[in-house]
Amino acid sequence: MEFKTFVFYLLATIMVLAALRVITARNPVHAALSLVLAFFNAAGIWLLLHAEFLAIALIMIYVGAVMVLFLFVVMMLDINIDRLRQGFWHYLPVGGLVGLLMVGEMSVVLGGNYFGLESIAPPDIPGGFSNTKMLGRLLFTDYVYPFELASIVLLVGIIAAVMLTLRSRKDTKAMHPSDQLKVQRKDRIRIVSMPVEKKEGGE
Amino acid sequence: MLQNFVVPDLYPAAPELFLALMICVILLVDLFLAQSRRWITSLMTMSTLIGCAAITYATADGQSVLTFSNMFVDDLLADFLKLMLYFSVMVVLVYSRDYLVARGLDRGEFYVLVLCATLGMMVMISAAHLLSIYIGLELLSLSLYALVAIDRDSSRATEAAMKYFVLGALASGLLLYGMSMIYGATGTLEIGGIAQSIAMGSANKTVLVFGLVFLVSGIAFKLGAVPFHMWIPDVYHGAPTAITLFIASAPKLAAFAMTLRLLVYGLFEMAHHWQVMLMIMAVLSIALGNLAAIAQTNIKRMLAYSAIAHMGFMLLALMSGVVGEDRHFMINAYSSAMYYVVAYVLMSLGSFGMILLLSRAGYEAENLEDFKGLNRRSPWFAAVMMILMFSMAGIPFFIGFFAKFSVLLAAVDAGHVAIAVFAVMFSLVGAFYYLRVVKLMYFDAPTDAAPITASLDMRIVLSANGVAVALFGMFPQAIMSLCTYALVRSM
Repeated sequence: MEFKTFVFYLLATIMVLAALRVITARNPVHAALSLVLAFFNAAGIWLLLHAEFLAIALIMIYVGAVMVLFLFVVMMLDINIDRLRQGFWHYLPVGGLVGLLMVGEMSVVLGGNYFGLESIAPPDIPGGFSNTKMLGRLLFTDYVYPFELASIVLLVGIIAAVMLTLRSRKDTKAMHPSDQLKVQRKDRIRIVSMPVEKKEGGE
Repeated sequence: MLQNFVVPDLYPAAPELFLALMICVILLVDLFLAQSRRWITSLMTMSTLIGCAAITYATADGQSVLTFSNMFVDDLLADFLKLMLYFSVMVVLVYSRDYLVARGLDRGEFYVLVLCATLGMMVMISAAHLLSIYIGLELLSLSLYALVAIDRDSSRATEAAMKYFVLGALASGLLLYGMSMIYGATGTLEIGGIAQSIAMGSANKTVLVFGLVFLVSGIAFKLGAVPFHMWIPDVYHGAPTAITLFIASAPKLAAFAMTLRLLVYGLFEMAHHWQVMLMIMAVLSIALGNLAAIAQTNIKRMLAYSAIAHMGFMLLALMSGVVGEDRHFMINAYSSAMYYVVAYVLMSLGSFGMILLLSRAGYEAENLEDFKGLNRRSPWFAAVMMILMFSMAGIPFFIGFFAKFSVLLAAVDAGHVAIAVFAVMFSLVGAFYYLRVVKLMYFDAPTDAAPITASLDMRIVLSANGVAVALFGMFPQAIMSLCTYALVRSM
């Protein structure tokens, strides 16, 4: 076995185990950390494929930014994991059976017959080829349409997040200096004309 | 790859570019508007849609033009569906205005998200590349998830949004996995390229079928066909009625376009495989949709199950395109599917519009009982609802009848006589719950005696909607020939 193949299998095994851990871990913080491990291994596999820019981007963006943010959210939310797990054993037989069937069927197709190294040969890469440069060029030429659309998808994400979380509370005691300055005498004092009244028991 | 890059021709994509620009303008202008001036946002949204329609109409030349490195196609099919799309979104805006204002949901984000969803649907309709289909779909879905949750204080709406989001993400995952398999088999993401690669026989059939299964599952999810229908009743029921109206109308056009682009334009050589899958889904959808709708007391849920049955009918036409090696039923079958979708959108707009008409501040007219005695409260709108229900049931001389008729004809032409008979029997079952609404309106005493307070524009558009359902039923050739022409010129 070539050294590269060995590294691939090592990374792939750790990745699958880490992914399994994400969905089985009792503690959500452990699940998030396992996801970080899975991302690291995916980045390693990309490095083997000479996609060094994608590998670094995955670590910087997903591991560095997204997952750290996610960890903060998980820690702050205090999710009650036991309630989420209610009915797990109840659904396991049916879900497990369907899952196993699907894995079995998929492995028939996804085995080495159609996706092995013999059927899909890795492309020849000339020396001095820059993956990053190629990616940048393609992104702004052939793929400019989905690239720009993706920015609108992100815009929708921002709008939706603001819409769902920003609340202008009505019961806050905020001061509005401009309203306070604009106040007139008639806003504060109401003069009522009423008949003269005599003091009780006076004279 | 880089040497032969041509700077994209922006002219065919002019409506999309205009809409994207206007979304940004409206988003900025709306920031500076007080709540009492929200009508300006509404007016700008309307004029944007009218502008898009004008641009689409002016640039429709019947040619099939590819641009953006073969990712975007502008053909007559796209132009026709886009015009229908603008029309239905405008109707949605008219119907939902009063409802949203009464509930304080009339915020700027609503208009921007509706326009973003419209942009997503336009991208799906004009997609010639798996990436554009997927990104268009995500743009549409993300906007819809947020719209469902727009009423933050309603726990039912939040639950519906959550269900929609989780199941929608799963469906997107299935679709994307199918697309990756098809890319693996054919080596290209362009829909034209996929068709070419399969026709030349260079693609691996097993991997293709494997990808196709996931692709069809993803499509079924988005259409809401059985067995991927679970989200429909809950989302239709939980979302504010104005949003349900939007989800139940325009996205059906986009989902149809996506199905056509993926299955017919891309994987036509695999028709024998996907036709069987569609057949199973069509039969199950028609049966389950019609049976489950009988048990509903909530009219939004009832219409949700009826939507499932209607999508089953649409699939019935899509599975009748190819018989053996014979392909001359193709145009007939696909144009009747398209006609069915257009007819369904028209009827769905009207029916949810009626629910909005009867709702008012602090009161949701979403139960069947709320329609009791409508004839005594407003004979005209009772008649409109009757037309809509008759049309949905497929009673002759309304648009729904001809839609069902042409679909059944296409199925019989393709030799699926038994399935056609089955579909007719279940439409008869379906007629029961549509006619029950008519019975409640005409023969029962009203439980809710409040006068109908709707703005004049909504009354006019809703009346026109009802009249259109009746009128296009009498002259079915008007839309049918348009559908056929658009398809013939775009195939």
